Amino acid sequence: MFKPFNKTRFMAQAEVSIKPTEDQGGHGHPDKWKWYDYFTFNVDHKVIGIQYLVTSFLFYLVGGFMAVLMRTELATPDSDFLSPELYNAFLTNHGTIMIFLWIVPAAIGGFGNFLIPLMIGARDMAFPKLNAIAFWLNPPAGALLAASFFFGGGAQSGWTSYPPLSEITANLPQTLWCLALIMVGTSSILGSVNFLVTIWKMRVPSMKWDQMPLFCWAMVATSILALFATPVLAAAMVLLLFDINFGTSFFKPDAGGNVVVYQHLFWFYSHPAVYLMILPIFGIMSEVIPVHARKPIFGYKAIAYSSLTICLVGLFVWVHHMFTSGTAPWMRIFFTISTLIVAVPTGVKIFSWVATLWGGKIRYTTAMLFAVGLLSMFVFGGLSGVTLGAAPFDIHVHDTYYVVGHFHYVLFGGSVFGIYSGVYHWFPKITGRMLNETLGKVHFVLTFIGTILTFTPMHQLGMQGMPRRVAMYDPQFADLNQLVTVGAYILAVSVIPFYFNVLWSWRSGKEAGPNPWNALTMEWTTDSPPIIENWEVLPVLTHGPYEYGMDKAVQVGPAGEPTEATQV
Amino acid sequence: MQGAIDSTTAAAANGHAVEAHEEHQDLRVLGLITFLASEFLMFAGFFAVFLVFRGSNAEWPPKETEVELLLPAVNTLILVSSSWVINLGTKAIKKNDLAGMRKWFGITVAMGAVFLVGQVYEYMNLGYGLRTNLFSNCFYLTTGFHGAHVFIGLVLILGVLWRSRRADHYSSLAHTGPEMAEIYWHFVDVVWIVLFSLIYLLTLIK
Repeated sequence: MFKPFNKTRFMAQAEVSIKPTEDQGGHGHPDKWKWYDYFTFNVDHKVIGIQYLVTSFLFYLVGGFMAVLMRTELATPDSDFLSPELYNAFLTNHGTIMIFLWIVPAAIGGFGNFLIPLMIGARDMAFPKLNAIAFWLNPPAGALLAASFFFGGGAQSGWTSYPPLSEITANLPQTLWCLALIMVGTSSILGSVNFLVTIWKMRVPSMKWDQMPLFCWAMVATSILALFATPVLAAAMVLLLFDINFGTSFFKPDAGGNVVVYQHLFWFYSHPAVYLMILPIFGIMSEVIPVHARKPIFGYKAIAYSSLTICLVGLFVWVHHMFTSGTAPWMRIFFTISTLIVAVPTGVKIFSWVATLWGGKIRYTTAMLFAVGLLSMFVFGGLSGVTLGAAPFDIHVHDTYYVVGHFHYVLFGGSVFGIYSGVYHWFPKITGRMLNETLGKVHFVLTFIGTILTFTPMHQLGMQGMPRRVAMYDPQFADLNQLVTVGAYILAVSVIPFYFNVLWSWRSGKEAGPNPWNALTMEWTTDSPPIIENWEVLPVLTHGPYEYGMDKAVQVGPAGEPTEATQV
Repeated sequence: MQGAIDSTTAAAANGHAVEAHEEHQDLRVLGLITFLASEFLMFAGFFAVFLVFRGSNAEWPPKETEVELLLPAVNTLILVSSSWVINLGTKAIKKNDLAGMRKWFGITVAMGAVFLVGQVYEYMNLGYGLRTNLFSNCFYLTTGFHGAHVFIGLVLILGVLWRSRRADHYSSLAHTGPEMAEIYWHFVDVVWIVLFSLIYLLTLIK
């Protein structure tokens, strides 16, 4: 797949860093960032990546807390724990926070910013200041959502905020919600501009397009999607804002407006948004699996181009969310077909990963466990996605718990598992210390069991006709709902070992060294955590990113000196 | 600083460029174009909404909210020709003609301002407002958003003019700022051409 590689790994480049140091009259950076630098407007991509990750993991707790409260309400058929309005506000903000302030910023902002320059041998992103601005749009967006609870009890019309519901309930919170979405959307666009230009133009000269780690390909596809889809969401939010606050009637049927127009604008963004949440995760999978299976990735080009295919096809499937919105039959047929086509490039990836595992020397590290866990979950979630893509079946289960079960399988079993896997894999690089593997395995087992218990019965509930977004339900659904609630509690407990592990290991975990996993991609050639500006001397690429077990390659050992590795 | 640039100035300009992170010059242009591609999609959203409503309403625009045509046509002429004027400005700075750049950029600002004033004048004389009906919703929202972008463009050009008061800030070697202002101005122009065709010219076809 790659040209035969030179045995000397990453040769030092002839030219050295030309940045003047402090005593040469330049304004050199400090050697290391202090803890308070992480709370400032810092332009280092690694600081920004960590800021994204930490912020999003905090929002994850907030969104998870809302889920626990909702599941407690749903433990009994009656509405006896939360007021219905509060329940609505929680379900709206649970969805909004988990999508816009947890998965998107963690997967794209966090891993993307931290890893991309390190993986392509750049000292920073193309536009560091823009990058910092993009991050600092996120905390205020979260603050707006929090504020919406104090000024009118939070937006209540679901994360989709369909009019007319969104225009007649809780106007001020809904306005704040729209503003928050415009802010995270802007952040996403600015981030995407940065990723695209960085990957396009700032690779070390020795790295050709087909030698990039697959995570970079995934981020290219993600960024293109975000660039083309997010502004349309912004347009929808602006129109909604005007309808609510300035007396326009875009989505008011009694004045000639049309609510379905909102749905089109919204889903033109929000369907690609599910690929925004999974493509970077696919990238993480393509990194984690070969490293921990000690095998070259199967089908590098197939995986790379399938990301782009998903990006392209993903722009033309949005109406499958609207099969029951009076959609014309020809549109149902077109969008059923385009939706089912997405399963092809996704299947290409799944089979490539399985083929990578096949005959590999698999190390059951926690990162690998989560990656394999993701494979199983995502296949299941993908299959239920195919069933939902078919218009006849979709009409049957539309707006039931079947849909909730499906998208939690792909978003929790997919995206969240992937983020966990990425954290276990790159935590040593980010902090310089290893996470505790025992705690990690406890975390994995709890998460795995919790996920299955929480989200599988939802399919059954949906098939039986339980509608989603309700605080009260028919007593015949009580048994399965209680099972779901038990699962949700297990998931709530599962984060305890994880957060404890992260906090404890960050201070006093085992020292990791530059390359604890014996990985071949470029981020592992620098110190852990990487120095400011990433390398003293930029590395030169002499081999592909996944050439494990193909030859006796010279490895960079834990202490940084080259060592002969028998099993690379 | 007209005329041929001497080597000292070139070195100084270069040194300045490195300090201000201008080793990524071409990247900034690339970044701006990428961003504008995205920005265009936001207008595309508004245009799509406009077209959907146009298609689904028998009378579009309704009788009481007809659009004015003459003034916007003059405005279009002004805005479109200003794109050509600003291009003369960047061409001048590429030949190290700073005074030329300032002159053409100044004229562009004047033309942009005339456009905005014309737009406001049009708003004030239409006799209907944002809330009148669905058409006026679309009309004011779309032209208003475009107007905001024209305003931002003016601020960018004025920013370039402000920075160019220092003789050595822009030269044939360092002209990313003017170039970016120009690209943005072209963007505003292109959006207007689409907008003018959809909202104004299409009303001629019944």
